[in-house]
Amino acid sequence: MADFVSGFWNVYVMGLVALSLLFCLFILLSNNKRQTGPVELHGHVWDENLAEYNNPLPRWWLYLFWITLIFGVVYLVMYPGFGNKPGVLGWTSVGQYQVEQARAAERYGPIFAKYSQMDVAAVAADPDAEGMGQRLFLTYCSQCHGSAATGARGFPNLTDKVWHWGGEPEAISATIVGGRMGVMTPFGAVLGGEGVKDVTHYVRSLSNLAHDSLRSQRGAELFAQNCTACHGADAKGNPMLGAPDLTDDYWLWGSSEASITETVTNGRMNQMPAFGEFLGEDKVHLLTAYIWGLSNKQGK
Amino acid sequence: MSERNQAVGGSGDQTTKPEASNSLYEVRKKLHVRSITGAFTNWRWILVWVTQIIFYGTPWLVWNDRQAVLLHLTERKFYIFGWVFWPQDVFYLAILLIISAYGLFFFTAVAGRLWCGYACPQTVYTEIFMWIEEKIEGDHNKRRKLAEAPLDGAKFAKRATKFGAWALLSLWTGFTFVAYFSPLDELLQSATTFSFGGWEIFWILFYGAFTFVFAGIMREQVCKYMCPYARFQGVMFDPDTLVITYDEERGEPRGNRKKGVDPRSVGKGDCVDCGICVQVCPTGIDIRKGLQYECIGCAACIDACDQVMDRMNYPRGLIRYSTENAVKKHWGMKEILAHVARPRTLIYGGVLVAICLGLFIGLATRLDLRVDVIRDRASLGQELSDGSIENVFRLQIMNMVEHQRSISIAVSGIEGIRIEGETKLEMPPAGTQSVNVQVRVPASAAAPGSHPIMFSVSVIGDEAVVVEEKSTFILPL
Repeated sequence: MADFVSGFWNVYVMGLVALSLLFCLFILLSNNKRQTGPVELHGHVWDENLAEYNNPLPRWWLYLFWITLIFGVVYLVMYPGFGNKPGVLGWTSVGQYQVEQARAAERYGPIFAKYSQMDVAAVAADPDAEGMGQRLFLTYCSQCHGSAATGARGFPNLTDKVWHWGGEPEAISATIVGGRMGVMTPFGAVLGGEGVKDVTHYVRSLSNLAHDSLRSQRGAELFAQNCTACHGADAKGNPMLGAPDLTDDYWLWGSSEASITETVTNGRMNQMPAFGEFLGEDKVHLLTAYIWGLSNKQGK
Repeated sequence: MSERNQAVGGSGDQTTKPEASNSLYEVRKKLHVRSITGAFTNWRWILVWVTQIIFYGTPWLVWNDRQAVLLHLTERKFYIFGWVFWPQDVFYLAILLIISAYGLFFFTAVAGRLWCGYACPQTVYTEIFMWIEEKIEGDHNKRRKLAEAPLDGAKFAKRATKFGAWALLSLWTGFTFVAYFSPLDELLQSATTFSFGGWEIFWILFYGAFTFVFAGIMREQVCKYMCPYARFQGVMFDPDTLVITYDEERGEPRGNRKKGVDPRSVGKGDCVDCGICVQVCPTGIDIRKGLQYECIGCAACIDACDQVMDRMNYPRGLIRYSTENAVKKHWGMKEILAHVARPRTLIYGGVLVAICLGLFIGLATRLDLRVDVIRDRASLGQELSDGSIENVFRLQIMNMVEHQRSISIAVSGIEGIRIEGETKLEMPPAGTQSVNVQVRVPASAAAPGSHPIMFSVSVIGDEAVVVEEKSTFILPL
């Protein structure tokens, strides 16, 4: 702020505040003088005979004004408010936030820490941990993956056995901690319109979807030249790169011809943000167990 | 406290400012109210008993193996006999407050400050505290002498006993108050080891202290200076409102006379100017000056005057409940009663009855199962591998009764719409549960876009309880 506001304004505000306080003090003192004497009337009369006494304020009321005045001064001395003076207590909103964070960590930390020593399968089997994991998931993950963790277009379903970056506990944990950046590069310029169509039909043939077999044959050659670096020669994908398996029936961006054409032509950009620093190890561990449990627990 | 509080004479005018200091601040004069018996005082004592048996007794009642009336703040549930009210029911609280307000308007329009005179806690506790005071320190004359006497051992003992008794009652009152909000059995357990929670001890002491100070020390000042109702009840008065009235025509000119002498023969009215009506007044006014804002309508002066009239063999009712019109036009009870029904009372009464009826119907038809449907905001429609479309919803279900219930969830609105997975659910007693519901429609069941659907949640085995909630199903392009 100092770059934009000159020091003058602090002095200006201090002057205004001090003047206001002094003015209040003056009003109080000048109105507090008349405590004895004859009862006076203000002189104006309403409704024929309704007159107003010119009596001093009731004492309790007067004292309230004194209390507010003293409170104001004490407040300005103790807390920031008088120009740019920080106040003798050194209070800041950031400081209070940190104190409350620390208090919350102290109070709730042990609840999460209890599970950090257990392995993922054991945590996933614990009903209390499942509840906590679900609440964490609903708070931090459901915005993209949905509250049932079934994902959405462009956001993976976490309840099935299909994993782009690996479904082992370690891989899930790494995904949450560091985030992921899945990039499908655009091939529209390289393949040309017809080439894209051919590849699209080939890709659809891989998961037994309706396709033109002639185009699919041409597409297979183009695929071998351009796509195998990431998706592999067998098109089974590569979890190191997050490249999806194209032979299964799971389609992150949809299986329709139009959607696949769009994917091949213009590419796709998927981003999972990193949560490691924000959530901390213990919460990540619980979340990992919850997400792993969605597709690995008994009976699923 | 004794130096500043001047004793008040029997018929002394208590509103004059002290001459000596010439101060513009009025010094409060301690009232030593004379106790009285009579029909209206009996009514007040009946109401003291009724309200206080209800107040002190209610927390001890048991219903369904729990405290019958418990406004459980930490659980955010209000248990009132068979009902459990949730924060969502705050509507009923608002209705209750409106009923209280209209009740006050109605009764005030009909018969003045009935609430103030008979049922207000300020009046009720002042009555109890004054009874204790009289038992310990004696009648009003003894109390005045005690107040004027220097502080010696005997005075100290009496004062200590009185304050001690007041303090015990106040603490019990504070404890009872807290027992409405914090379970009584836990409070009793805390009481044995004196291990109350911080807020519990705060509210016991806070409420207790206010009972002590208001009913013991401040008394009429609360009504005169602090209470907002006291000031605005005058607005509900009209010339047909029953108020405590001194019959000036019959009473004046006042003055003493020998018993058995016909007052008219000595040129006097029926008022013997004994001043007892002033001595019994808890706010220290003289009702013979007419209706004043300080008058709380307790009718103590009526009881006092009736006793004097009986002794003098005059007819009762020199001070009585009457109306402005009745005094002016010499109406009897019949005409007064005939004027009770008038636009003001009919409107207040009509609104009161209508709202009471509304509350009754509202409570009778209140559903004890509540459902909120929240659809996933970010992920709208989702295409599954078989081409069907799924939308995900969260259902927040509240089971508002105190037993476990099984519920079932169904959905309708689009052909072939169904819920994937479990649709039956066990609800804990007086508990909530939120569930994910994956709703699916088959491929090309409806046009892309938003379609209205309806969730219906029903209790298995109790077909009467069905809650329907609207939502939308979105099919992507």
